[in-house]
Formats: sequence, structure tokens, C-alpha cells
Amino acid sequence: MSLSDWNTLVQGVPTLLSGLWVNVQILLGLIALGFVLGILIALVQVYSPKVPAALAVGYEWFFRGVPEMVLLLLIYFGLRQFHVPITPFIAAVIALGLRSSAYQSQIFRGAIQAVGERQMQAALSIGMTRLQAIRYVILPQALRLSIPPWSNEFSSVLKDTTLASAIGVIEVFRKARFIVGRNYALALPAFMLVALFFLVLTYLGNWLLGVLERRYRIPGFEMRGAGERF
Amino acid sequence: MALLVVEDLHKRYGREEVLRGISLELEKGETKVIIGPSGTGKSTLLRCINRLTEPDRGRIWLDGVEVTSPRTNIYRIRSQIGFVFQDFNLFTHLTALDNVALGLIRVKRVPKREARERALRELERVGLADKADAYPAQLSGGQQQRVSIARALAMDPKLILFDEPTSALDPELIGEVLEVMIELAEGGMTMLVVTHEMGFARAVADEIIFMEHGVIVEQGPPEVLFTNPRVPRTAEFLRKITEFYGKSG
Ligand SMILES: Nc1ncnc2c1ncn2[C@@H]1O[C@H](COP(=O)(O)OP(=O)(O)OP(=O)(O)O)[C@@H](O)[C@H]1O
Ligand SMILES: [Mg+2]
Repeated sequence: MSLSDWNTLVQGVPTLLSGLWVNVQILLGLIALGFVLGILIALVQVYSPKVPAALAVGYEWFFRGVPEMVLLLLIYFGLRQFHVPITPFIAAVIALGLRSSAYQSQIFRGAIQAVGERQMQAALSIGMTRLQAIRYVILPQALRLSIPPWSNEFSSVLKDTTLASAIGVIEVFRKARFIVGRNYALALPAFMLVALFFLVLTYLGNWLLGVLERRYRIPGFEMRGAGERF
Repeated sequence: MALLVVEDLHKRYGREEVLRGISLELEKGETKVIIGPSGTGKSTLLRCINRLTEPDRGRIWLDGVEVTSPRTNIYRIRSQIGFVFQDFNLFTHLTALDNVALGLIRVKRVPKREARERALRELERVGLADKADAYPAQLSGGQQQRVSIARALAMDPKLILFDEPTSALDPELIGEVLEVMIELAEGGMTMLVVTHEMGFARAVADEIIFMEHGVIVEQGPPEVLFTNPRVPRTAEFLRKITEFYGKSG
């Protein structure tokens, strides 16, 4: 690589970072959507009567089964077809968020079931409604149990944000390809830089989750190494 | 009308009829003890009384209000009936104090400060004021069960149901829980207790109810049941549990 190649790369860093910011925004959006829907789907699967529970299982099956790339294209072009004025960015958040909600729902379902029916019975016995029991007894415990498996889902969806480039979102991967397209000598360093960005984000995210896990650890519950990293 | 009236209660699980026409009454301030072999429906009976399990047939009244009526607010009824579980079932993510205060805050809508003061008084009552900030996992079984009794008491229940409150405990921890229960009974609490601790029954029970295969075989004051039961099966069962649990037990 020549000196001028290096120069181009260094000049490209701010562009790449601005692209990465788009990935972070997609990430936050899809995680929020996946979190809320994931909890709802899990609650319906565990607590609701047969028909809604079966529908929730169907939802989960669909969004875990369709390849994410196909899902992105389906939602973006599908909504366009029906003249819904949707931006690629929003389409990416929705497609990846729905997909993530299906995965997250299984994390939450497992955690809710691990908390157990007895906690529910105890809450009902003091006069709580089911919703109160879920809000004040079941979810506070289930969310704690969800953090370790959830960090998996986090790492996975973080990387999936690059798929948004397929429907035209100008994010970091797309910007890297643009730089490389103009100067092939930069292919290796540019993509290495992108890889490094994601490694750093993965580390930061998991570090934050570790902090949360320690912060909300229940005293007396010996979870060895809970929230400890590196 | 008695404080608790249970009339012809039936409950079936699949093909098995677990309760086959149970009727009983509890006057205010009375303590009755239910005994009977495993699988006889004792837990099912208690759970039907506050409708944690829906009975198939039969009626229940608490303080003149029909518990089994579809128009009754069952949450309100449940808040008036304490339930003490065999395995404590404290909320694992809350301190002892918050376990006791939660129902006051969320069900009775008592302001937080007031609720926590009340909760602390209930913990004092069961001798655990010094453990207010401990989490369930940091307490012994006996302490956990006492917290769960405090949790029931905080709601000012009209009646407390106990489902084998000491049978998950190490022998040396049983005494501290029974002590609290005896104090409650003597203090005028209305209690329906499934237990095989006959020492407790002799000390405070107004009546012992012997259940088997979903029906009440015999009921009467402890003196009568121990010395002069009507049904031979009662004598046999009482002999078995006193052998197993010990006389003072
Ligand atoms: N949720 C349930 N579903 C199906 N069967 C049940 C259920 N709960 C209880 N049973 C059955 O009902 C019968 C009575 O159970 P129950 O727990 O009321 O007995 P018990 O007298 O409390 O016994 P133990 O002394 O062992 O606690 C048992 O045969 C049990 O298997
Ligand atoms: Mg039982």
C-alpha cells in the first residue's frame, strides 16, 4: 500500500464512522422493537389460552424460519408494492426487529418458565391479578435470568445490521465497499477496520450487559462469575 | 353464619375425583387441623378455598360473601385469605421486608412508606426484624417460612390457610415456625392448617379433620379423636402419624 492509499483510508475513517452510527441506530431500533414484541410473544405463549398461544408459536416459527435477507427484501419491497412510503432504514429496523423478537421471545419464555409457576401462585395468593404478578414478580426475575442468553442475541443482531445495505441503507459496510470500489488496494485494511469497529461494539455491549447483570444480581443467589468478563 | 363455610365441594382432575363432597365450617378465631394420607386432596381443598384452583361443584362463603360466585371479586377475596405454602414461595428477587410490603403496596394501595413500616412490624411479630434486608436465599428455611407468614399477616387476613408449613423444614427449624403459629392461634387468628404435627394440633386445634380419598372421614376435637375416635381408620392413621412424627411432634 502506498502512502496515498493510506491517506485515502485515513480520510475515509470519518465516513466509515458516520456509517457505523447508522448501524448503531438500526441496532437500537431493532433491539427495542424485538424486546417489546419478544416479551409480549413470550407472555402470550406461556400464559394465554390455546388459540393466541398457537398464533404466537406460528409467528415465532415464521420469523425464525425465513432468512433475514429475504425478510428484509420482502418487507421493503412488499410495503413499497402497496405504496407504503417506507424508507430503507425503517424497513431494516422493522424486518430485523421482527426477526429478533422471535428469537428474543424464546429467551424470555425460557426465563419465565424458569421463574416458575409457584412464584405466580404466591403472587395470586396475596390478591394480585395475573398482570400485576407478571409485572411485579415474574418479569423482574425473568429479565435477570435473560441477560446471559440475551447477550448472545445482542452480538448476533449487531452484526446483522450490515444486511441493511442490501435494501440500500447507507451504513458502514456499504461505505466501506464504496471506498474499496474506488481503490482496490484498500480492500483488506478497510474491511479490517469495519471488523474492528464491530469487535469494539460487541465488547462495549457485552460489557454493559455485564454491568447490568452485576447490578441486578440477587444476593444469596450464588451465580458464580455472574457478569464477569475478562 | 360461620366465618368460612365450605359446602359439598367437588374437584376432579381428569378421571380422578380428588374432592368428593367436602363440607366444613370454621368460626371466627377457630383453628382446625386437616390430616390425611398423601394424595387425599388436602392441598387441593385449600387451593379451592381461595380459588387458586377452580372447584367443579360446591359453594364457599367467607364472612358471608360467596367466594364461588362468579360476581365476586376473587382478587379481593384472596387478599383476605392468607396462604402459607409448604415450600415458602417467597419472591426471590425481593428482601424480606419487600416480600411483606409488596401486597400492601400493589394490592391494598398503601403508600410505600407506610407499607414498609407495617411490614417491619409484621417481621417483628415473627421475630425477624433483624433480617428485614436479607433476601430469601440468605435465610434458613425456618426464617423463610416465618417471613411468608408475615407476608400473609400484613394483609390483615380474615383467615390463613397453611399447607404443610413445616414439612419442608429440617427438624430443628420446625419449632420456631410452630411457635409463631401457636401464638397466632392463641391471639385469635382463624386458621385452617394441613399438618401432621400432632403436638401443634393438641395445643391449639379446636378440631382435627381426617380426610381420605377426597372425603372427610371424621372430625372432632383432638381429645376425642385421640382417645375415642368413631371410625377405626381414624385411630389407625393417628397412630401411624404419631409414631412417625413423634408425640410432641
Ligand atoms: N394440577 C393437577 N393436575 C392433575 N392432578 C392433580 C393436580 N393437583 C393435584 N392432583 C392430583 O390430585 C390428588 C390430590 O392431590 P393433593 O395435592 O390435593 O393431595 P394432598 O392430600 O395434598 O397430598 P400430600 O399429602 O402429598 O400433599 C393427587 O392424586 C394428585 O396427583
Ligand atoms: Mg399437599
